[in-house]
Amino acid sequence: MTTNTRNQSRQAARTAEAEQRGEHLRQMLLIRLFEERAGEMYSLGKIGGFCHLYIGQEAVAVGSIAPLNAGDYVISAYREHGQALARGMTAREVMAELFGKATGCSKGKGGSMHLFNLERGFLGGHGIVGGQIALAAGVAFACKYRENRQVVACYFGEAAVNIGTFHEALNMASLWKLPAIFICENNGYGMGTALARASAKLDLAHRAYSYEMDCGIVDGQDVLAVRAAMEEAVTRAREESKPTLLEVRTYRYVGHSMSDAAHGTYRTKEEVEEYRQRDPIALLKALMIKEGQLDEDGYTALEATLRAEVDDAVAFAEESPDPDPAELWTDVDTGEG
Amino acid sequence: MATLTYREALNQALREELQRDPDVFLMGEEVAEYDGAYKVSRGLHKEFGSRRIIDTPIAELGFAGVGVGAAMVGLRPVIEFMTWNFALLAIDQIVNSAAKLRYMSGGQIGCPIVFRGPGGSALQLGAQHSQSFESYYAHVPGLKVLAPGTPADAKGLLKAAIRDDNPVVFIEGEMLYNTKGEVPDGEYLTPIGQAEIKRSGTDVTLVCYSKTVMTALKAADTLAEEGISAEVVDLRTIRPLDSATILESVARTNRCVVLEEGWSFAGVGAQVVDVIQRDAFDLLDAPVLRVTGADVPMPYNKHLEKAAKVDPAKAVAAVKRVLYLE
Repeated sequence: MTTNTRNQSRQAARTAEAEQRGEHLRQMLLIRLFEERAGEMYSLGKIGGFCHLYIGQEAVAVGSIAPLNAGDYVISAYREHGQALARGMTAREVMAELFGKATGCSKGKGGSMHLFNLERGFLGGHGIVGGQIALAAGVAFACKYRENRQVVACYFGEAAVNIGTFHEALNMASLWKLPAIFICENNGYGMGTALARASAKLDLAHRAYSYEMDCGIVDGQDVLAVRAAMEEAVTRAREESKPTLLEVRTYRYVGHSMSDAAHGTYRTKEEVEEYRQRDPIALLKALMIKEGQLDEDGYTALEATLRAEVDDAVAFAEESPDPDPAELWTDVDTGEG
Repeated sequence: MATLTYREALNQALREELQRDPDVFLMGEEVAEYDGAYKVSRGLHKEFGSRRIIDTPIAELGFAGVGVGAAMVGLRPVIEFMTWNFALLAIDQIVNSAAKLRYMSGGQIGCPIVFRGPGGSALQLGAQHSQSFESYYAHVPGLKVLAPGTPADAKGLLKAAIRDDNPVVFIEGEMLYNTKGEVPDGEYLTPIGQAEIKRSGTDVTLVCYSKTVMTALKAADTLAEEGISAEVVDLRTIRPLDSATILESVARTNRCVVLEEGWSFAGVGAQVVDVIQRDAFDLLDAPVLRVTGADVPMPYNKHLEKAAKVDPAKAVAAVKRVLYLE
């Protein structure tokens, strides 16, 4: 390779990295703005039920979904708006689902906790803590059964590591060498219970040792660190058909759900403010500006575009019809038999 | 047509469906190398290998969830519970995942899975191993619940269940595994949702399923000796319930007794009675009676256990009451 072509390929790699960072920034900011509007819409009564926002955790979904292929699967718990958007589901279909409208990704029959989009390999949206971990092992089992080299990314909060299904599923995933990546989003609190009050062991990734499974602890506010850890785990799953447990340390700025206070009985305002100092969007923005990949004008323009996208999603959700009354009775089963 | 045991009929259904469809696999405790705790899967591991006949750890919730996950992306798992008593640990995945996925995904995600294993009491197994769970699952929209009472129906319904695109709860009678009957060879499917009249009669309808089919047929023999003609309606499918066959029979006999092995409160028979009182009220010559397991945890002592169980004598006594003979 001549010096010239080496320089060209280095330049190409730099450009690709800059583009990828730009996409991470776009997705994280979209999720942030989307969730802020979802919170407003909830307060206005446009969104009902439970609504768990992702504000503060954006780098986890964005960094970990980036290395996946189109044919791979994503499955999550009930705090899943961020993963849905990072997987390329539109702000329109997600907001419409939160509004319970017929144009929502689950036809208005799922709601905030049950987002689905089979075309995107987005398999929910599950509301019982830990349930999706066993489902993920099953999807990975199917990938291995079919030898299709697809992998599964499974998300759950740190409180889920204490429920039986976590242990049962991780044991089988390792025993059977299933191509799954188990992503524990450790935001420090299971609703209002601090991790130290719920888990005898604080390095949750190390639970993987019990299952002879590879694991890692990742800075969840650094989208590039999340991406790098996930790239390794995806390669392990795709090439060696082996699972990984990633503990991604992050923080949610808001309450457990829209019905809960951001701070008060279980954590202080100061603590929340402290974590806000390591905001995943601000960190990436600063890095990109420092390395000449972004300037303030560019950021302002991006924010304006994304605000317009979220406004459009809200307008779309508002204007969309409720499901037809007959939808009450459809999709229970296939009807035959 | 061969004479097979209920166990052999189930085994034949599994073998044929495994041969027919490469997406079908069997997973559960001791199903592979051990050839099945109750030998329903005998020979299958040898024939189909470890990829498709899979032994699991003792982790009912976990492997039920693995099955549901595989079904979400189109495989057709058959998940064996060593007994349905242990499936209480897995009921979250059956009820909260399998039964609801299609609905809460707006029709995008199907769940073509069969959960199967033995249910009901056997002999002196005590309170935790002697339970009937049909009504638990039949309560849930999105599930189909099957409970065959004969070898032929065991084969036909299991094949139909495996081909069904919905989650199916398939409860076998533990005490039926050794019972024998004629079973059609090869392609034989029993339609889901269709009851069958196992014996025609004119004086009273006996509604039954699973193990109580035998109870009802024995009771009908005894009643025949006394000149009472009983019609035996085997539900075969609990959900969706074949109301039409029940109502047609009651229209002929004007009297009905419902037999079930489980407890009476909110049991399957309560649903049958509801159907009859709503749609055949004017045709009834007597209140519908139910014969159920005693409303207690199953005792170990064999005399107490016998007293707790449904038997032909209890069915005969109930028939005489609806005929106002006692």
